[in-house]
Amino acid sequence: MNDLTIRIEALRHTYESGVEAVAGVDLTIAPGERVAIVGQNGAGKTTLVRHLNGMVRPTEGTVHIGDWSTSDKSIAELSHRVGYVFQNPDEQIFARTVESDVAFGPKNLGFEPEQITESVTSALEAVGLAHEAQVHPHHLSLSERKRVAIAAVLAMRTPIVVLDEPTTGQDEGGVRLIASIIDDLTARGITVVAITHDMDFCVENFERVVVMARGTVRADGSTEQVFADQPALEAAAVEPPQLARLARVLGWSETAVDPSSFVDAFERRRRG
Amino acid sequence: MIELRDVAFAYEDAPAFTLAHLDLDVAAGTIMGIVGASGSGKTTLAKIIAGFIPSTEGGTYRGTASVAGAVLSEGTLTEAVDVVGLVTQNPFNQISGARFTVREELAFGLENRSVERSQMIERVNTVAATLGLTPLLDRSPYALSGGQMQLVAIASMVVMAPPVLVLDEPTSQLDPAGTRLVYDVLGRLSEGGTTIVIIEHKTELLHEHCDAIAVLAGGRIVSTGTPASVFADDRLSTWGVGQTRITQAAREARTRGLLPATEPLPVGVSDGAAVFGTNGETR
Ligand SMILES: Nc1ncnc2c1ncn2[C@@H]1O[C@H](COP(=O)(O)OP(=O)(O)OP(=O)(O)O)[C@@H](O)[C@H]1O
Ligand SMILES: Nc1ncnc2c1ncn2[C@@H]1O[C@H](COP(=O)(O)OP(=O)(O)OP(=O)(O)O)[C@@H](O)[C@H]1O
Ligand SMILES: [Mg+2]
Ligand SMILES: [Mg+2]
Repeated sequence: MNDLTIRIEALRHTYESGVEAVAGVDLTIAPGERVAIVGQNGAGKTTLVRHLNGMVRPTEGTVHIGDWSTSDKSIAELSHRVGYVFQNPDEQIFARTVESDVAFGPKNLGFEPEQITESVTSALEAVGLAHEAQVHPHHLSLSERKRVAIAAVLAMRTPIVVLDEPTTGQDEGGVRLIASIIDDLTARGITVVAITHDMDFCVENFERVVVMARGTVRADGSTEQVFADQPALEAAAVEPPQLARLARVLGWSETAVDPSSFVDAFERRRRG
Repeated sequence: MIELRDVAFAYEDAPAFTLAHLDLDVAAGTIMGIVGASGSGKTTLAKIIAGFIPSTEGGTYRGTASVAGAVLSEGTLTEAVDVVGLVTQNPFNQISGARFTVREELAFGLENRSVERSQMIERVNTVAATLGLTPLLDRSPYALSGGQMQLVAIASMVVMAPPVLVLDEPTSQLDPAGTRLVYDVLGRLSEGGTTIVIIEHKTELLHEHCDAIAVLAGGRIVSTGTPASVFADDRLSTWGVGQTRITQAAREARTRGLLPATEPLPVGVSDGAAVFGTNGETR
């Protein structure tokens, strides 16, 4: 089982251009937890999570993955513990077939040949692309390529999985598929950190939400707490999910975020 | 303004046609939303309207696609890009790479058209301001967040002011504020006569901003109509198109006998408030 705590302390990151993208973040994520990170464009979400696999290094402060400080480890070493799905799949995918792209990670991690085959097959099945294994990734649509990028990380079987906007460009079925992948990861004790702008997806799949604004954490708590924190949401320009917005316009005190509990609340009100 | 007649396209070596028997009409000055499942061919359709298919993509192409009366496959790509601006689906790939700053990136296309310098500066500044990019003008176009890059990609097409604008999932990486800016700009362009085709998964936004919606499934347009009629269609999920949570709630309320079936299905917050508000009053 996974026993790796993610511990981010007093983290700052300033890019060479002088932009301070992360401006003092403290964040602890327990093994097996699943956390959504939300916030405006340019808030520093991608920069923050890229510290977890060492693609970005702290300018100040520390990031620990279990007993490892990311400052002392290479990206290759960190890839044993953290898998990161890029926001832009085209930055991540480079092989000539879907299958070899997904096999790249497990190979580099030193999996045995039969383990490679097994993990690649099950990862491609999980993202619904088993039938496209021999296709050139450039011959897939963008949302399909995003699912290849997700499969490539799943196949690495890391104890921590970081997803940068996993539902971007997915249709309804694709979003459901990704939600079930996350459920499956949780069931196996894997820590899941996901960045998203899709608030319906966020409230329906995450118990904990971290709201970022201008390089800092503006709110962090249970999904209910965070979406009830109007000032924090406004400061971070985060819009509540659709049914919560409707409930507010209707002047309801309760916020039901999924259709069924919304209709339950509607029925109670009609009865008076 | 845009007329597609019996269009078909198969990518080179692909086992099947991605699009076949596709007909589409977009009236001048209107905003048409295109919806469809992942891999249904939306991007392929966008490339046909913008003249990139068949000119830059091998494969089998049939049918007629014309924009403003000119048949695209008979002209050159340069002629097509003067008429149709395409904002591609992956903004990361749209940045020209030829320029050092966002300002220069936005001016790139205008320079190529030899637009006079003072006019160019004016246009770049105006578009940057309307899309919230003014603070980023002196940054490198590569040193940006995903959403910021997407706004730059949109701005670089809007600044060219083409008569037809095709946008392939332009708000996929945007926060609510950025999304609103984009739709505000599109609304103003359409009032000024620009014809707009937008591919988008966010039904609520399409419902609010489009004049018409076309559904792409099985390689062709299977339904066209007003946003209200298309988004209330029972066949939507069989076409792989999602419904908003408000539509889902209204459907469930109908099934449970809490809303009359005569009531139109709401899509967004304002029509949702109308339906759930009046029917929710205690009698
Ligand atoms: N490679 C880079 N070099 C310099 N600055 C960068 C770079 N990447 C991002 N930035 C800047 O750092 C800040 C944070 O960017 P980041 O990509 O972390 O934001 P984000 O929260 O992921 O945004 P989005 O929702 O748009 O993806 C932004 O101001 C951005 O312009
Ligand atoms: N260059 C290519 N060569 C061969 N097949 C391709 C190519 N580009 C796309 N395809 C195939 O054509 C189909 C439609 O792709 P397209 O990109 O048009 O879909 P889409 O509706 O835009 O999908 P998405 O929602 O993921 O953006 C897909 O099955 C894809 O695999
Ligand atoms: Mg990002
Ligand atoms: Mg597409």
